Amino acid sequence: MHAMQVLTATAGGLGAGGGQVVPARAQMATTLGFHIILACFGIAFPTVVLVAEYLGLRRSDEVALLLARRWSQAMGVLVAVGAVTGTVLSFEMGLLWPGLMRTYGGVLGIPFGFEGIFFFLEAIFTGIYLYGWQRLPGWAHFWSGVPIALSGIAGAISVMAANSWMNQPGGFTLSHGKVVAVDTWQVFFNRAALYETPHMILAAYMVTGFLIASVYAAGMLKGRLDRYHRLGFGIPFTIGAILTPVQIFVGDTAARAVASQQPVKFAAMEYVTRTSRGVPEYLAGFYVNGKVYFGLRLPDVDSLLVGFSPHTKVTGLDSVAPAYRPPALTLLHLSFDAMVGLAFLLLLAGLWALLAWYRRRALPRVPVFWWLGVICGPAALVAMECGWIVTEVGRQPWVVYQLMTTSQAATTNGGVLDSLTGVIVLYAVLGVATVMILRLLSRRWRQGAGREPEADVPYGPPTQPREPTGLG
Amino acid sequence: MVVDAVGAILLAGVTLYALLGGADFGGGLWDLTAGGYRRGRAARQLIDATITPVWEANHVWLVFILVIFWGSFPGAFAAVMTAAALPLWLAVFGIVLRGAGFAFRKEVETVRWQRVFGAAFALSSLITPFFMGTVIGAIASQRVAANPPHAVLSVWTGPTSLLIGALFVTVCAYLAAVFLTREASQRQDDGLRRYFAWRAGAAGVISGALSLATLIEVRSSDPALYHGLTGKALALVIIAAACGLATLGLLATGRMAGLRTLSVLGVAAVVWGWGVAQYPALLPGTGLTLASGSAPHAVLVTIVVIFVAAALLVGPSFLLLFWLHGRQLLEPDQHADKRAGTGD
Repeated sequence: MHAMQVLTATAGGLGAGGGQVVPARAQMATTLGFHIILACFGIAFPTVVLVAEYLGLRRSDEVALLLARRWSQAMGVLVAVGAVTGTVLSFEMGLLWPGLMRTYGGVLGIPFGFEGIFFFLEAIFTGIYLYGWQRLPGWAHFWSGVPIALSGIAGAISVMAANSWMNQPGGFTLSHGKVVAVDTWQVFFNRAALYETPHMILAAYMVTGFLIASVYAAGMLKGRLDRYHRLGFGIPFTIGAILTPVQIFVGDTAARAVASQQPVKFAAMEYVTRTSRGVPEYLAGFYVNGKVYFGLRLPDVDSLLVGFSPHTKVTGLDSVAPAYRPPALTLLHLSFDAMVGLAFLLLLAGLWALLAWYRRRALPRVPVFWWLGVICGPAALVAMECGWIVTEVGRQPWVVYQLMTTSQAATTNGGVLDSLTGVIVLYAVLGVATVMILRLLSRRWRQGAGREPEADVPYGPPTQPREPTGLG
Repeated sequence: MVVDAVGAILLAGVTLYALLGGADFGGGLWDLTAGGYRRGRAARQLIDATITPVWEANHVWLVFILVIFWGSFPGAFAAVMTAAALPLWLAVFGIVLRGAGFAFRKEVETVRWQRVFGAAFALSSLITPFFMGTVIGAIASQRVAANPPHAVLSVWTGPTSLLIGALFVTVCAYLAAVFLTREASQRQDDGLRRYFAWRAGAAGVISGALSLATLIEVRSSDPALYHGLTGKALALVIIAAACGLATLGLLATGRMAGLRTLSVLGVAAVVWGWGVAQYPALLPGTGLTLASGSAPHAVLVTIVVIFVAAALLVGPSFLLLFWLHGRQLLEPDQHADKRAGTGD
């Protein structure tokens, strides 16, 4: 579990904080690293379902409609889990980081306040959409889902406004350590929001698209070659594949912006020890005491990527005192490399499918492609988590860049280790249960028997005497 | 003044969460006490059908409260989150177990697993409102300091806190039973209507008794709050008592007209009674008031704007959801399980 790596990797050098900052960070990493997966589904799954429903209604395609109905059941489970894990984060803002909230709560209230509106709309229309399949007429039902997709994106913009503000704080006046004036517009549309927000929304669509496609790719490998599986793969895979090149462009832009706005984070990501020109790019490698081991060194390439010229000056770690450098440089750099590498793997899968479609108007037939299709889902997920590690660990030791350290923000309460333990156990159970439930859904669909409506009653026997469904 | 408007918005959020979220918690409590597998079937079915499409939207009020609280009154938020960390953590665990348990219970097939997730849902419906209530009690009874160094058990284990925790639980049960009585009556299920009417009455009487006990307790332990409740908030206290008694009367005579409205008004009057009694104090006993503890002006204005936008966008959406739900147009999809028709 990467959260534990973050924990062990960042255990040193963060200054005083009552000793709670390490478990507090580990807990935030666990809960946010878990929730971010569900957030991706919350942002993008409605769109995927709506595309299937649109195709189904437009072409009277029963298979597409069936996919939409089934996907919305899975979406129901994921949205419910996401709603509660998201609430945990709202509490943790205060329970783990009261120092942050005491000073900057007003500022952070602005983006999260807007997020509240979109969370409401999402939850309300999810209730209508998920439970409206039976009684609402076709297109009316479709349109009841559109607000979910739109508010998912708008909610993501709001949350990313808060996160990017922590990277590029602005739009407020400090006086004696107290925020005395705030410019709402500048808080929301801070300098980092411009690239962080599209980067995250695209990531959400890619994670969702490729993960759903993975399930059907696995089915294809098991010999389920029907149209149901082809469409189940095709719709989400196409969404992910189309967005991959866009994401690579946005990510590249983001990296250059980080190099200029948060040079120390960039130096940590790219192993730039000293500020200089003609900086080499390292692929992989471990960073120990200022030296890179086992990395592939590409001379001048980092300078070239940052400023399109080998003579570009790149700020190094030596620009700030050691206490203000991010911890766990190897973790940061490998996460960054993994994210970029996996993005190109996803690009390759998309290009392969495009080529096959161009030549034969069909998806590739060779099993290798379907194996690749299976890998794409976890690959997108890992890439997204790696990117999140880069932005969060790379900002350390700051919680609000250059204004407040994470130890200043952490709670003074003891016992964070206890809540951390509780959270790890709870989330492990929650994660396992969620996956089991999704597998159960898929098994039920495959058996295709269709449950009797009465079987839906929580632990109650059926009205008509039947065989018991389990222990009585 | 804009800070008073923001205070009112926060209290409105608390009221709506207490009414809507509270009724969903209460549903879990009645699920917990519905009895065995066979006996509790009908009640559980009605609870499940009533809560399913709306609980997530109702739950968002909690997030709304948290965000408005930390955005408008950041210092008080940090103080409460530090001083009352333990009951808040327990409530957080309850929230996770409850939502996940409820969602998972629908999807599992064997009775054994339905019991496991059902128990998680029902038990956490008991502990979550209790611990939330103790935190409100801690604030009201002057136990949260303005700048607490760390959490102390005595912050939330005073008699006022425990009484308010218990009151939260019984009020949730009361609201849920009233709503379910009406729901059963609309479905023309006379047996269930009587079943829940009886329980609504019992929960109402216990809630009334606990309210009275809290008032008596506060009289000696917290004269400022008592003075507020029997002074400037007296009208609201009387409205709450009158609505409660009227609801009990309607329940006893089996009349449905006005039942839900009166019960809702009664509970809302209690919440606003607390708010008015405490006004203008933010954290009673600390000297921190709404005005002195508030975020900069621009933030407050933004929050008012957010509230207006929410009222315009979220309000009608909620009405649509409740209207569709009231007409029983929202129910779990049965067709998704059908076999794919076009295998080749």
